[in-house]
Amino acid sequence: MSNREHEETKDSSILKKPLSRRDLLRLAGTGGLGLIIGGAGMGGLFAAKERKTAAAVAGHPDTEDRIPFYGKHQAGIITPSQNFIYFAAFDVTTTDAQELKKLFQAWTAAAAAMTEGSMLGEESANHNLPPVDTGESAGLSPSRLTLTFGAGPSLFDSRFGLASKRPANFSDLPAFNGDQLDARWCGGDLAVQACADDLQVAFHAIRNLARIARGTAVLRWTQEGFQRTGSADPAGGTPRNLLGFKDGTANPDATSSEQMNRVVWAGAEGGAAWMAGGSYMAVRRIRMRIEVWDRSSLKDQEETFGRYRASGAPLGGQHEFDKVDLSAKGPDGSPAIPANSHMALARGDGSVQILRRSYSYSGGMDAKTGQLDAGLLFICFQRDLQKQFIPLQQKLAKSDRLNEYIQHVGSAVFACFPGASSGGYIGETLL
Amino acid sequence: MNLKLHTIIPAGIILSSLLFAGCSEKESADPAASETKTETSAANTGTSAQSAGTDSAAAQTTDFSAAVESYRTFAVEQCDQFVKQTEKFTEAVKAGKLEEAKALYAPARSYYERIEPIAEALGNLDPDIDARVNDVDAAEWRGFHRIEKGLWEDKTTKGQEAFADRLLQDAQLLRAKVETVDIDASLMVTGAVELLNEVSSSKVTGEEELYSHTDLYDFAANVEGAAKIYEILKPDLAKKDPDLEKQIGERFDALKKELDAYKKGDGYVSYTELKEDEVRKLSQNLDALAEPLSNMGTLLGV
Repeated sequence: MSNREHEETKDSSILKKPLSRRDLLRLAGTGGLGLIIGGAGMGGLFAAKERKTAAAVAGHPDTEDRIPFYGKHQAGIITPSQNFIYFAAFDVTTTDAQELKKLFQAWTAAAAAMTEGSMLGEESANHNLPPVDTGESAGLSPSRLTLTFGAGPSLFDSRFGLASKRPANFSDLPAFNGDQLDARWCGGDLAVQACADDLQVAFHAIRNLARIARGTAVLRWTQEGFQRTGSADPAGGTPRNLLGFKDGTANPDATSSEQMNRVVWAGAEGGAAWMAGGSYMAVRRIRMRIEVWDRSSLKDQEETFGRYRASGAPLGGQHEFDKVDLSAKGPDGSPAIPANSHMALARGDGSVQILRRSYSYSGGMDAKTGQLDAGLLFICFQRDLQKQFIPLQQKLAKSDRLNEYIQHVGSAVFACFPGASSGGYIGETLL
Repeated sequence: MNLKLHTIIPAGIILSSLLFAGCSEKESADPAASETKTETSAANTGTSAQSAGTDSAAAQTTDFSAAVESYRTFAVEQCDQFVKQTEKFTEAVKAGKLEEAKALYAPARSYYERIEPIAEALGNLDPDIDARVNDVDAAEWRGFHRIEKGLWEDKTTKGQEAFADRLLQDAQLLRAKVETVDIDASLMVTGAVELLNEVSSSKVTGEEELYSHTDLYDFAANVEGAAKIYEILKPDLAKKDPDLEKQIGERFDALKKELDAYKKGDGYVSYTELKEDEVRKLSQNLDALAEPLSNMGTLLGV
């Protein structure tokens, strides 16, 4: 990242020219892009706004649909969950760190435009060229689109000279009891989490980022996910997972900067000053044994979670947010909340917290068994995986009653960069 | 050689121009859209119109006649070889030499696969020569893949004699017609992309050669055909957009290197020997090439 470069090109005439996607790709391939972004912000590159956004600029109140891309932290972490996710892990195919940097710059430019609801590039007068933007989000609101970028542990191997920058506590997750991981849903050099209130908008974002990456990085695995939409639940209650239970009741308060600094935002520790203001993401594709669960009694289901299904209240309590008392006894003298219930284990003494941001997923039918391939795309953010997710998951993997009904089939971790400011790019503290 | 040079603008392009013209009129009539334009984008629009004008001026002066002639020469050469090799193949089929016919099958097809867009421009010849099972009505199915099924699945040349005769006739017809096909720069540019799209949609998935699994021969030939077009247009492209020219060249090299790993003797290993991750890598390398290649249309200006 070089401010000097930006200054040098501020008045470059190229800023005034419209850029085609071909130009964008060309620049991504030759190093010009960073200069352009640096000098012009987004005005020169992505001036072709959709009408809806143009109207918003003029003062019409659709700003609720837009979440700023630039900022101290990346959006999509403490942002209230959108209705849909399209998650994509990428493998970098280039071995040239400069190419990787150019990809980050090109992705930044595109992400900033798409989260604004802008089309990529301008309509070219040359109709012999493919359109710059793939077009399926034309005329749609940005739908609170957020794009969150991160680097996997494999990025810190010998390819890009980043080995010394790998944070001390950041590596692939250890094997947990009962893991049934499938390489189809594991790992990745890079991750992009696209969340939006419209699945087509989220899909469009990943599709175009993958297209821009062609020749530099390839898709490794993807998973789309959903939860109840805002319109189905205007009150915005805690969403239910596919086992029918409220999930995320115990999340820390994302509006409290004290809590977020303590739980979510990484500092400069572990020799990774570049991660200050970023966050570590754990992703687990957890398949639910839907059919088995559906045959278990309500009593068993509630004891598995440690909560009532209907209200979400802790067993023995009345309301969802009642204080959890793990020492409370039931009528028969045994703990009201079984010690091996999901909630009791996940909560522990309350000292270890994570920010959950999971979505349900449906992968269609498992052709082998004819059963539903459905479950949870578990995502959580924290400032230190070793101190938060890993000990928590070790405990759950060993004893959680819920393990009877779930299997962890996918796994990945990513160091999500701190936010970028306008004129900068994601990952600029690293490359 | 009877060389007819045409500067035909495909109907699709005219049509889409009209459509877009209609749209932009509507856009600018919308007061909300024009009022809220920022200064920057207004400036961009101005420059855009200007540079579009320059582009079309350049397009008018670019003379592709040498490139077109060069490509036609290549297409004719490939056709000559195609007829020759198809004759050997069909003779082996008719002589009942099963193993010999199987060995000649994929190499003969390569000449066709290199110039497939030409055949596709010639009406029914492509399905007659290259239809796969279910591509056409069962009663009309003939050509290479019909014989492929006989040789590999039924394991005999018996019953294939008539198909062999027809195939040779169709090949000869292609050779005769290639002299008259309208080739222009636009056909070359779209043809190069089509060749790679062919690979994407059926070769890399192993669906093209359902019985013989010689898909990699077709894969390589399609890529060679696209590379030939790129080579011919390279000087013009280098003038118009040197970075794009360089990027396409590098990605052709990367893909060819990838393919070379599967060479065996004079040909390629069976598709069935490819592992899942190897197929994926080939496919992703192909996409990485096809993306910039699809921007060769920049040569055609506006």
